[in-house]
Amino acid sequence: MTATPGASPTIVLVGHGMVGQRFLEALAERGLTATHRVVVLCEEPRPAYDRVQLTSYFSGKTPEDLSLTDTAFIEQHGIELHVGDPAESVDRAARTVTARSGLVVGYDVLVLATGSYPFVPPVPNKDAEGCFVYRTIEDLLAIEEYAGTRATVGAVVGGGLLGLEAAGALKGLGLTSHIVEFAPRLMPVQVDEGGGAALLRTIEEMGLTVHTGVGTQEIVVGEDGAVTGMKLSDGSELATDMVVFSAGVRPRDQLARDCGLAVGERGGITVDERCRTVTDPRVFAIGECALAADGRVYGLVAPGYEQAETAAAAIAADGGGEKSFTGADLSTKLKLLGVDVASFGDAHGTTEDCLDVVYSDSRAGLYKKLVIGRDGTLLGGILVGDAEAYGTLRAFTGSVPPVSPEALVLPAGAGAPAQLGPSALPDDAVICSCHNVTKGTIRGAVTEHRCTTVPEVKKCTKAGTGCGSCVKVLGQLVNAELEASGVEVDKGLCGCFAQTREELYEIVLALRITSYRDLLDRHGREAARGGDGCEVCKPAVGSIIASLAPAIGASNYVLDGEQAALQDTNDHFLANLQKNGSYSVVPRIPGGEIAPEKLIVIGEIARDFGLYTKITGGQRIDMFGARVEQLPLIWARLVDAGFESGHAYGKSLRTVKSCVGQTWCRYGVQDSVRMAIDLELRYRGLRSPHKLKSAVSGCQRECAEARSKDFGVIATANGWNLYVGGNGGATPRHADLLAQDLSDAELVRLIDRFLMFYIRTADRLERTSTWLERIPGGLDHVRDVVVHDSLGICDELEALMAAHVSHYRDEWAETINDPERLARFVSFVNAPDTPDPVVAFVPERDQIKPDLPLLDIGRRPADEILEGSATR
Amino acid sequence: MTLALETTDLKVRLRLDDGWFTVCDLSTLIPGRGVAALLPDGRQVAVFADRAGRLHAIDNRDPFTGAAVLSRGLTGTHQGRPFVASPLLKQRFDLESGRCLDDETVRVTAYEVEAA
Ligand code: SRM
Ligand SMILES: Cc1cc2nc3c(=O)[nH]c(=O)nc-3n(C[C@H](O)[C@H](O)[C@H](O)COP(=O)(O)OP(=O)(O)OC[C@H]3O[C@@H](n4cnc5c(N)ncnc54)[C@H](O)[C@@H]3O)c2cc1C
Ligand code: SF4
Ligand code: FES
Repeated sequence: MTATPGASPTIVLVGHGMVGQRFLEALAERGLTATHRVVVLCEEPRPAYDRVQLTSYFSGKTPEDLSLTDTAFIEQHGIELHVGDPAESVDRAARTVTARSGLVVGYDVLVLATGSYPFVPPVPNKDAEGCFVYRTIEDLLAIEEYAGTRATVGAVVGGGLLGLEAAGALKGLGLTSHIVEFAPRLMPVQVDEGGGAALLRTIEEMGLTVHTGVGTQEIVVGEDGAVTGMKLSDGSELATDMVVFSAGVRPRDQLARDCGLAVGERGGITVDERCRTVTDPRVFAIGECALAADGRVYGLVAPGYEQAETAAAAIAADGGGEKSFTGADLSTKLKLLGVDVASFGDAHGTTEDCLDVVYSDSRAGLYKKLVIGRDGTLLGGILVGDAEAYGTLRAFTGSVPPVSPEALVLPAGAGAPAQLGPSALPDDAVICSCHNVTKGTIRGAVTEHRCTTVPEVKKCTKAGTGCGSCVKVLGQLVNAELEASGVEVDKGLCGCFAQTREELYEIVLALRITSYRDLLDRHGREAARGGDGCEVCKPAVGSIIASLAPAIGASNYVLDGEQAALQDTNDHFLANLQKNGSYSVVPRIPGGEIAPEKLIVIGEIARDFGLYTKITGGQRIDMFGARVEQLPLIWARLVDAGFESGHAYGKSLRTVKSCVGQTWCRYGVQDSVRMAIDLELRYRGLRSPHKLKSAVSGCQRECAEARSKDFGVIATANGWNLYVGGNGGATPRHADLLAQDLSDAELVRLIDRFLMFYIRTADRLERTSTWLERIPGGLDHVRDVVVHDSLGICDELEALMAAHVSHYRDEWAETINDPERLARFVSFVNAPDTPDPVVAFVPERDQIKPDLPLLDIGRRPADEILEGSATR
Repeated sequence: MTLALETTDLKVRLRLDDGWFTVCDLSTLIPGRGVAALLPDGRQVAVFADRAGRLHAIDNRDPFTGAAVLSRGLTGTHQGRPFVASPLLKQRFDLESGRCLDDETVRVTAYEVEAA
């Protein structure tokens, strides 16, 4: 079958990888998709995805999360995408490409973006069962399956950037992991000897075994033909169940060779500065398959993106494009969990007459080197153990930094660490090297395009959407710019307070303020002092005081004294207000486990009070339609039967859902029900910026949906994995893995810290998901703080939680035993025995529902309500 | 329960067409929190005290939803004037005039109220 080119000229792209996709975007941006027919041949079974973030699959990203494109983009630009159909040959004379399916496409311009293949050293048995490479999603799926069923030990051949990532991944899969590197140190390309030594220590501390200076001679196989070990060049043998080769990549240039295009001596399709092949002006090559005009093949994504832009520009200008590609920066930052390694610019000091500034502390595993030119220009550097400064330093590369180089490498605390904010950077400094975005462009996004948040700037400029290493600097820049451009960013909580919720938390804690009025009169905005506050800050401050109650000496009964006036109506009546003014009652059912006797009690109470019952989405039972004056009567019976408040009304812990787990389920590996109950009882009643939800699953099948929770726990063979920042609701988000294989005690300790850190720093009504995305440094920062105690506050966080746990009392039990507190549970102050006549019900499906016509009398039409208010 | 006001015998009274109507003891009002009262003709009134001890009363029915719940909203000060926010969909009502601050076409009845 032949697809004949129509009237419009045809561009054929071979390879839909990272660079191929970027090329399509560049075509679209230049309007070329409108004037050209664009055909893409994609070998892999899925469209382009983020290969750089490949390893994050093991920390929970799905293939969909990693996708770089979507059907909307492809359709909108009329791109003909053939997934799973690689190009097999090119006929340059006839100008056609033939795909495996038999499809033949004619082209006016052909662009090769075929990437690389992993190099596998030619050792005996290299293709045995249990041997893998690490390049595609399919590779990872295969590794995961094998590791899960057939391996307990894994070895990675190659101690470079990717090898370390692969070894970290194997470890994460629960294997004992080895790294075999031929060179005398790890990451030989990026770091020097000193850096390699510091890196080695860190990697070994993580529990990986490193063998440097030895080569792999043979893969040893058992009788079934599967891997059992490997023979090393020093004569030793290493027992292992699987081997992952990560010994470098080679350009995929076979297609080009076969059709007579020139390739380099060591591979790579030879192109000029416009990315046009030197052999055929109609053919371009970009990305890892190309041998650039400077004689190099680039194995990083940023140069590939540059090449994609260059080729698109050349095609757009029909030969006279301005843009050219003459070389690129090789900066890298290791993404491996827990290891900070970065190298940038001329890291090895190859420039003539350059000088090194080195700081090294082998005890702490720190090594930092800067390469400085004769005139003081920062040329490059290596950071091991602490790569905080990477973003800023990289951006300063090529210029003379405004402070002395020594100050830049000294650790915080030693001497005066340089606070080199991004404001010191020139406008043409590249902040995001993945997408080549300068500081000037980012500033423009704020000042001209009116972006006010990092996500907006990301969308507008693409900065930060590659490897993510620049996001921190990006955040600092955006804030600095907002402030500078006088966009009065009032970060205040509301009209009464100029402080954020986080700042108010610190004030309340430090000054032990137990009264809202005190706080308002002493720390509120001038105009608000002495007033009654507002509906925004009252519950927010009420929640802060309640969270800190034991620590600051406030009553932790939320309805005492002034606290009563701060609570939303739900908290005030310890129940959830429904549309007709009635309330719903939700007793706590920890972990969703409930004995038949208790089920019967709930049934009897609901029957006796005529309540509507429903199983909630939170694994418990809700009883609807109670009038205020019925609440104490209902609760007297519930408390008597051993129930307590479920806090369905509070910005506090809701439920910890569970699956049935190891006790009953054939797949379960831990007792998820017991853990869910323990966690629910530990954190019950904890007031927080927004509601908190959790779940515990007994195995990876995840029946409890833990990864949609603020903190989710999934059992592993060795303990528990803790995920944080998940959310269902309007903007669903999968939780991120915070730490793995935790013991019971480690799990609880981490959750204690995590929750208290969130409560301390989140905004009002900010779920953990949005908080995690907002705070500078994101998940990495949170992990530093709660796992590595980088701020030194973990003891305090744990103590605050301990105080909460030991002071917990059931609000409903306290309420029904106190006549004064009970007095408020009436419909009318002057007629305590009269029920509110507006609260009336009609039957539906054997139960009741609110009498809606009664509510409608004299009520505003629904559409006006929506327009007028609901969004406030 | 702690109260800032000196309250022993004072009563909260509403002015209706046919004279003053006693609602409750002043001491039952918590500053910042409302109560509902039932009028002889079946209407409901939401009565509030602010922290300065001033009293306010408006119709208890939330015009946006039909439910009689305004007494259960949170109060506050907006540009120097007292308001209550409906606990259902959060529209704010000026406690002196009954005017809705979020929709100028809406207003609820405001009552004259005193402690005597
Ligand atoms: C009763 C229940 C529905 C049901 O019949 O199943 C329910 C009912 C309400 N949900 Fe929900 N949610 C219920 C489970 C959920 C779940 C499922 C879960 O928890 O596993 C979710 C998604 C998970 C999540 O939160 O991430 C959920 C996401 C929401 C959201 C969106 C939150 C978000 O972050 O986007 C809201 C709105 C909000 O909180 O701002 C909400 C708000 C509400 C409110 C409070 C709305 C309101 O203001 O009236 C409802 C009142 C509860 C009441 O009157 O008792 N409800 N709600 C469920 C009670 C569970 C429980 O036992 O406590
Ligand atoms: C685990 C891992 C981590 C990495 N981390 C980083 C990092 O931190 N920073 C960084 O800069 N880079 C990193 N890289 C490298 C980066 O992924 C590559 O530089 C980038 O993907 C190159 O893009 P490309 O489009 O040239 O090649 P690829 O993304 O490999 O795409 C080439 C595509 O072409 C397809 N193809 C090949 N032949 C044909 C054919 N005949 N017909 C049709 N399709 C064909 C291939 O199947 C492939 O899908 C990492 C790579 C890996 C594997
Ligand atoms: S998550 Fe696993 S253990 Fe729990 S019920 Fe599902 S399959 Fe069973
Ligand atoms: S540098 Fe990689 S995303 Fe910006």
